[in-house]
Amino acid sequence: MKYGINLFGITKEIIGNTYIEIEMEDKTSAEQLLERLKNDYPKLKAIKSLLLAVNSEYAEKDLVIHFRDEIALIPPVSGG
Amino acid sequence: MIQIADKAIDIQACIDAAQSERAGAVDVFIGTVRNHNKQKEVVRLIFETYDSMAIKKMQELADQACEKWEIEKVVMVHRKGVLEIGDVAVVIAVSTPHRKASFEACEWLIDTLKQVVPIWKREVYQDGEEWLEAHP
Repeated sequence: MKYGINLFGITKEIIGNTYIEIEMEDKTSAEQLLERLKNDYPKLKAIKSLLLAVNSEYAEKDLVIHFRDEIALIPPVSGG
Repeated sequence: MIQIADKAIDIQACIDAAQSERAGAVDVFIGTVRNHNKQKEVVRLIFETYDSMAIKKMQELADQACEKWEIEKVVMVHRKGVLEIGDVAVVIAVSTPHRKASFEACEWLIDTLKQVVPIWKREVYQDGEEWLEAHP
């Protein structure tokens, strides 16, 4: 099964798309998914901070993610 | 009123929406696009937003402010898309019975918005472009 991930800001630029799908086991943790993304796209490691949002909430490292969740990769925010 | 706007923000409409007969003060913060940043000349800005989460986070901030201060109404409107120099990027308006709380709440809201709301600023220069805060 695949996790669908929405991309914003510099992560969109690095990965070259607004949305990607990553094949992993169901019930992967937020940390595992982040590590997988950094492994697949090493330029992500240079970003100051990188978080996952799951269902519009910042995810703790050990949060378990399900395939139906809305997932987004969140680089440092800079609104205002 | 909590919004992400894709067109120019109507500042007066924000103030009107914040006003209340119970309020003795409306404090308004207007964030505008400046023509320079860190010695570089800025030509324009592009704001990208994760709309659904940004709205949710702004609503949470408004709720938290209402717990910290005695507040009548909170208005938070942030632009997305391409903005030119001088354009209004964000408006926050807070009405309170007494003025001190309106100053404090408004400052806390813009400071915290900058830290947690998923909005990204891309600066366009004469010779390039850059996502802000992306790299150490």
